[in-house]
Amino acid sequence: MSWLIRLGRGVWEFIVGDDWVTGAGVVVALGVTAVIAGTGAAAWWVMPPAVVFLLALSLHRATN
Amino acid sequence: MSGTELGLALSVFLACTVEAVEALTIVLAVGTTRSWSSALYGSAAAVVALAAVVLALGPALSSLPIDTLRVVVGGLLLVFGLQWLRKAALRAAGLKALHDEQALFAAETEAARSARSGAVAGIDAYAFVVAFKGVLLEGLEVAVIVLTFGANQHEVPLAAAAAGIAIAIVVLAGVAARAPLARVPENTMKFAVGVMLTSFGTFWGAEGVGAAWPGGDAALLAIIPGVLLAALAMVAWLRRTAGEPSAARTARQPA
Repeated sequence: MSWLIRLGRGVWEFIVGDDWVTGAGVVVALGVTAVIAGTGAAAWWVMPPAVVFLLALSLHRATN
Repeated sequence: MSGTELGLALSVFLACTVEAVEALTIVLAVGTTRSWSSALYGSAAAVVALAAVVLALGPALSSLPIDTLRVVVGGLLLVFGLQWLRKAALRAAGLKALHDEQALFAAETEAARSARSGAVAGIDAYAFVVAFKGVLLEGLEVAVIVLTFGANQHEVPLAAAAAGIAIAIVVLAGVAARAPLARVPENTMKFAVGVMLTSFGTFWGAEGVGAAWPGGDAALLAIIPGVLLAALAMVAWLRRTAGEPSAARTARQPA
């Protein structure tokens, strides 16, 4: 079991790294895009500002 | 070659060059200090392990439905891209030390000299393990980038070729210089890779969850410069705030 936990931790560390907020933000932004696209409305505009916001937030967290 | 294919090849080439330079420094350090043959065996074993990862995950990724694949690929590229961009922006703003290959080489050399010697079947275990870990860890992210970019565009051979050319150039330059490649502009390349990964991740992720981009693939011509400009603006903002006297920053904060 311990090797499974170590493997899981390794995969988490590899993908998410030291900023889980960015990973969570990407999931939320894609989720919001999916919901809007599901209504039939244009949804492409969600991701660009979300990505800029996530980068700014990540930099703000790293410097404060 | 289409614009998307060119972007794919360029992104993989730059990412692979940066990681190969870092792996080369580690292999050079243990090779010159301990044993060249053991360091090269360790590197070769890591390359075999990376090839196994690509061979195992490649068909699995390619068999996913296209929309699912684009969400997975877009999400992964976004997370990786934002991480690369954050570190490169902090370094460009002077808030994080630049990656120094000479310093890394000196540290690895010192560690290799002070490590105990222990040979197994004529192979220096320390040199083998350090070279194996160095190449594997630096190569894993590139393997994922090659797989995700390649599988999504059905261009794994193109992505693999771009990675192979980058590795060959770095190895040849390392053999010629017989020293760490300290003059490679690593942070500029990391910044560029971060912009490309973030842009392609934004594009494919949104497409995967059902959004349609105005102009189709041509939207990338707006997304890539947009991400680049936003990242450069943030570097300028970081430089300005980092340069401010701490008293001025404290005065601006609410009581």
